[in-house]
Amino acid sequence: MAAASSLHVAAPVATPRVGSSAGNRSASAARGVRVAAAGSGAARAGGRLVARAAVAAKENSPASAASKSDGHEVLLFEALREALIEEMKVDPTVCVFGEDVGHYGGSYKVTKGLAEMFGDLRVLDTPIAENSFTGMGVGAAMKGLRPVIEGMNMGFLLLAYNQISNNCGMLHYTSGGQFKIPVVIRGPGGVGRQLGAEHSQRLESYFQSIPGLQMVACSTPYNAKGLMKAAIRSENPVVLFEHVLLYNLKEKIPDEEYVLCLEEAEMVRPGEHVTILTYSRMRYHVMQAAKTLVNKGYDPEVIDIRSLKPFDLHTIGNSIKKTHRVLIVEECMRTGGIGASLRSAIIDNFWDYLDAPIMCLSSQDVPTPYAATLEDATVVQPAQIVAAVEQICR
Amino acid sequence: MAAAALLRRIPAARAPPTALMAARTISDSTAPLTIETSVPFTSHIVDPPSRDVTTTPAELLTFFRDMSLMRRMEIAADSLYKAKLIRGFCHLYDGQEAVAVGMEAAITRSDSIITAYRDHCIYLARGGDLVSAFAELMGRQAGCSRGKGGSMHFYKKDANFYGGHGIVGAQVPLGCGLAFAQKYRKEETATFALYGDGAANQGQLFEALNISALWKLPSILVCENNHYGMGTAEWRAAKSPAYYKRGDYVPGLKVDGMDVLAVKQACKFAKEHAVANGPIVLEMDTYRYHGHSMSDPGSTYRTRDEISGVRQERDPIERVRKLILAHDLATPAELKDTEKEIRKEVDDAIAKAKVSVAFSVLFLVSL
Repeated sequence: MAAASSLHVAAPVATPRVGSSAGNRSASAARGVRVAAAGSGAARAGGRLVARAAVAAKENSPASAASKSDGHEVLLFEALREALIEEMKVDPTVCVFGEDVGHYGGSYKVTKGLAEMFGDLRVLDTPIAENSFTGMGVGAAMKGLRPVIEGMNMGFLLLAYNQISNNCGMLHYTSGGQFKIPVVIRGPGGVGRQLGAEHSQRLESYFQSIPGLQMVACSTPYNAKGLMKAAIRSENPVVLFEHVLLYNLKEKIPDEEYVLCLEEAEMVRPGEHVTILTYSRMRYHVMQAAKTLVNKGYDPEVIDIRSLKPFDLHTIGNSIKKTHRVLIVEECMRTGGIGASLRSAIIDNFWDYLDAPIMCLSSQDVPTPYAATLEDATVVQPAQIVAAVEQICR
Repeated sequence: MAAAALLRRIPAARAPPTALMAARTISDSTAPLTIETSVPFTSHIVDPPSRDVTTTPAELLTFFRDMSLMRRMEIAADSLYKAKLIRGFCHLYDGQEAVAVGMEAAITRSDSIITAYRDHCIYLARGGDLVSAFAELMGRQAGCSRGKGGSMHFYKKDANFYGGHGIVGAQVPLGCGLAFAQKYRKEETATFALYGDGAANQGQLFEALNISALWKLPSILVCENNHYGMGTAEWRAAKSPAYYKRGDYVPGLKVDGMDVLAVKQACKFAKEHAVANGPIVLEMDTYRYHGHSMSDPGSTYRTRDEISGVRQERDPIERVRKLILAHDLATPAELKDTEKEIRKEVDDAIAKAKVSVAFSVLFLVSL
């Protein structure tokens, strides 16, 4: 643990966006308006965001804006792996538990090569026993290790729900602060390509009520690496949601070490007309819709909320105060999803700034069907996003 | 001068029997004593340890004292619960004291213990104090979990006591995780993960045991078999109530859990085994006098004759008392005095806990 805490001070910091992953929302709020807040090179004039050229800016990613040297191209799963390797090299208490993470190299190759690098005691192939190996990870964390627990598919972690909720989430509190549970629980979720209902689940909505748990969703190689590192360093239990369809995204990321703030949202495209809040794979559907919207004369502001619990109400609030219209686009089911909670939080905090009811586009409340056209119909498609913006901005 | 001469003439034997005097005549000898366990050990795929246990007079007297303290604490908790000073769930351990005390005698504070919700006495055995225990039960700041946990969530990190868990069986994977950390750090220590006969049917136990065996973790799974999972007798819940055998490929030992010396011997054996070879299962044949919890009278699924029969024949404290008297390590009066002291200790602790402060709601989300 001592090694981990000294890392917060010692890690060489390349980008202005590095913050402590102390899991404290007030700390990030206290930092106030940040320069180039995780965005597409947004320029600031007197603290106010100035709308950039009306292009769905994906080329000028936060990664390349921040990089001082050339950087290197990686696929998202490689970015996650880099993060793991870097953290495991400096902190000997970091270990990985999961099915086929070791000798097989990981079902999505996130842990490829790690077993050879770090050995069988640090990269552990577990039997198919999510309930117990998640519990074991929590127990190991109680005793000072920092396990990274992989669910081969997030959906399988439902079998470990009791361990995640009652032990992982609650032990810090019920022990009166004696124990910390610095685990990372990660894995791919979301709707894939005809994987069937049980392999297409969105667990973020199930886990969000667990007190004591922190949740983030990555969506680009850049934020995947930064969030993974931050999650490992955090003293809180963090659930890192990856998406089955995003592992092969390619992006150039900095050569220098960087860590992102777990509680921070990412400004993807500044705009003036409407705030679109999204995360994970839906970010790409939103950006696709943004192209169409821009051609139609709209100027949407797109924020990848990244932090699913707690919400970055600072970034979100600033946006709402500017645009006065909100559209949430999520992959969760409509009922009890992240969008439902986000809507409530916005109403509680920013009601006076709204000029229109908050719209929320979510997946249909159905088990994901196998047939391709039906599967497509369960998740939000760009055309629906365009229609929603047109409706909100009427 | 005259006074001193007078004092010199008073023989020591007639001096007033203060508590200090009583302690001095009770044997605190550390000369080894060998005592046979009540029954031999039954084992599964391993050679059992000998039933001859080495102890000392001092240790036996400590056993008596510690178990009596635990007994007194639990009985006092019963009264406090009925007086509505303790609320919610309260699961009492009286009858099972020998497991807590015998285990502690066999290991060090560097070894880890984790248990379920019947945890008050294990907390004491690990060095927890009475005031913190009662304060926690009453929801006060001075409680061992600062009032946030309650009866089922006692912990003592500095003594490697990991609680204190309400969900049946979920503590066993945690315990195997503790054992993993011990192996990871090459500590040469072991983890005792306690669970009941009810929890023995949880799948996660077998998962965790499988992993422990594969990775050769120093996990010791201890089934405190008090023969009832709340209201369900073991034969109605388990097709095979031979819990010590259910590790299958993992060795097991069946122990008379009402015999503190047998418990000590078994735990010593288990620790050596676990550190060298990996997991082992211990089944402690024990009994709880109270019902499952304070909401359960404990008499609808078992007869009063059964309960009083066990108390008569197998009570752990009485067993040690008989041993002490048989070996002339103390007189009955001295043991009674010890019990009186304990009663006072417990009463004092309750008095302190009663006046200790509860957190204001400002502390709901902070520590």
